[in-house]
Amino acid sequence: MNLPAMDWASLWLTMQLAGVTVAVLLVVGTPVAWWLSCTTSRVRTLVEALVALPIVLPPTVLGFYLLVALGPHGPIGGPWKELTGSALSFTFTGLVIASTFYSLPFVVQPLQGAFDAVGTKPMEVARSLRASKLDAFFTVVSPMALRGYVSALVLGFAHTLGEFGVVLMVGGNIPGVTRVLSIAIYDHVEGLEYTQAHLLSATLLIVSFLMLTIVYTVNRRLPVNVS
Amino acid sequence: MSHLDARFRLDYPGFRFDVTCTFPLEGTVAVFGMSGSGKTTLLRCIAGLPPVASGFLAFGREIWQDNARKIFVSIERRRVGVVFQEARLFPHLNVERNLTYGMKRTPPSQRRITFDQVSELLGLTAFLQRRIHQLSGGEQRRVAIGRALLTSPQLLLMDEPLVSLDHEHKKEIFPFIRRLNQELGIPVVYVTHDLNEIIQLAWHVVLMKRGSVVATGPIQEIFARPDLSELAESNILGAVIETRIAGHEPQFGLTRVDFLGQSLFIPQESLPVGASLRIQIPACDISLTMDPLSASSSVLNVLEATIVDIGPSSGNGYAVAVKLDAGCPLLAMITRKSLQRLKLKIGQKVHAHFKAVALSA
Repeated sequence: MNLPAMDWASLWLTMQLAGVTVAVLLVVGTPVAWWLSCTTSRVRTLVEALVALPIVLPPTVLGFYLLVALGPHGPIGGPWKELTGSALSFTFTGLVIASTFYSLPFVVQPLQGAFDAVGTKPMEVARSLRASKLDAFFTVVSPMALRGYVSALVLGFAHTLGEFGVVLMVGGNIPGVTRVLSIAIYDHVEGLEYTQAHLLSATLLIVSFLMLTIVYTVNRRLPVNVS
Repeated sequence: MSHLDARFRLDYPGFRFDVTCTFPLEGTVAVFGMSGSGKTTLLRCIAGLPPVASGFLAFGREIWQDNARKIFVSIERRRVGVVFQEARLFPHLNVERNLTYGMKRTPPSQRRITFDQVSELLGLTAFLQRRIHQLSGGEQRRVAIGRALLTSPQLLLMDEPLVSLDHEHKKEIFPFIRRLNQELGIPVVYVTHDLNEIIQLAWHVVLMKRGSVVATGPIQEIFARPDLSELAESNILGAVIETRIAGHEPQFGLTRVDFLGQSLFIPQESLPVGASLRIQIPACDISLTMDPLSASSSVLNVLEATIVDIGPSSGNGYAVAVKLDAGCPLLAMITRKSLQRLKLKIGQKVHAHFKAVALSA
C-alpha cells in the first residue's frame, strides 16, 4: 500500500491501542459480566445502566469527563502523576484507559449474554463433581461461553478501532503517540488529501467488515452448542 | 447402620417446606410424592444446592448443616454425587472427559471406583470418544450416572433420573442402580413420582406431601399402610413382595414366581428363571375367603394369611382395610358388608385371593 510513514504509524498505533484495550477489557469485563449474570442484587440494574452508558452518550461527553478525570488534577490523573511523575492525558496509557471505558459495553454485554445462556446448571454440576467455583468457571462455564468471548473480543477490538471523539478529547493528535486512524482520516480530509483519506477509510472499512464476518462465521461453527 | 438425619425449613409465599426425616444409609431410599410436594427441594437441600433452607443435616457422624452452630459444608466437600433430572452433560467435552471430570478432582486416596469398573457397569466402553450430542437419551443418562459415580461419592442423589425415558430405556437402567447398592455399597436417594420405579428400586420410602414428610419406612411397610390416604387416593396402596422367577408358561402368557415357598402367577416377564422380581399386590384386588380356593374358581393366586389389623375405612365409607400377615405384610381393601358377613376378626386365618393379571411388575 502506498501510504506515507505517518499513516503507517497511525495504523500501527490503532492496532496496538485496540489490542491492549481488548486485553484489559477481557480481564476487567469477565468478572463484571459474570457478576451481572449471577447476581440478584438491586445494584445490578444500576451497574448495567452504567456499563451501557458509552453506547448512548456522545463520545465528546465521555471524552470530556475522561479528560478531566485523567488530567494532572483529576481523580485518576492526579494520583497517577504523584506516582509516576507524568500526566495521563495526551498519552498512550491515557488512551487505553479512555478506550476501556468507551468499549466496555461491547465486551461486557456479549459475555453477560453468553453467561446467561449457559445458566447456573453447569456450575451446579461441576461443583457436585468436586470443582471449586473458580475451577468450574474456567473449565465449564468459560468453554461453554466461548461464542460470547469471540463476540466480545472482536466487537471490543473493532469498536476501539473506530473510536474518534473520545480519542480526540483525551489524546489529542500527537503523531505516533495518540494519532489514531480515525483522526488521521479527519486530518487528511481537512487537508483535502482525499486519496489518503480514501485509502485509510477503505482499510478501516475492510478490516471492520472482515472482523464482523469472522464473528458471525465463528458463532455459527463453534462446536459448543449451548441449549 | 448409619443414618441420614434432616430437619429443614424454608418459607415461600404460599408454600412452606418443612421437613423432618431420618432414614438408613443403605440401599435405595425413594423420595416419593406428587409434583410440587417438595421432593426436589429435599434432594437439593441434602446436596447443599440452593435454595438453602435453614435447619440441620447429619450424614452418619458428619454434620453437613447446622444453622444453630453456623455450620454449612459446601457441596464439593460433602462428597455426594448428584444426577439431575436432565443429564446435564458438558457439551464441550466428549464422553470420556465428561466421565473423568469429577474423578480427576477426587484425591486418589478417596477413589474407590475405577474408570473401567464404571464404564463396564454402565455399558459405556463402546462410545467413550463420542461427542455428547451423538448419544441417545438413555446413553446420556448413563454417562451422567457414571460421571457422578467416578467421584466415589458417599451418597448418590438422583432426581428423577429416568423421567422422559421410555419403558425400554428405564428397564435398561434399573439393574445398574441396583448394582450400585449391591456391588459398590453406595446408598442412593432417589426422587420419583413413578410407582413402578419405586417398586423396582426402593428399599426404603420417604413419602412427601405439600412440603412435608408424611411417612418413612421400609417399602414393604409403607405400601401396606392403609392410613396413608395419599396412597389410597392415587389407588397405589398394596403390599410389595419379593419373588423369584420360577418358570415361564408361554402357552398361557404367564410367568410363575416363588414367594415364600408358594407359587404365584403373573403376566409373562422376560426375566430369566432364578432372577428376583418385586411385585405389588394392589389392596383393592384382593378378596378374602375362609376356605382355600376351590378348583372351580378362575382365581389363580391364593396365599394363606392371618389378620393383623382391621380398619380404618376408606374415604367413601364402604370399604375397609384389612392388614394381613402372609409371611410378609399384605393389605386388602374389602367392603364393610363383607367384613360383617364373614365375621372377620384380628388373629383369624383367611385365604387371600388375587388374579394373576392384578399384579403389576
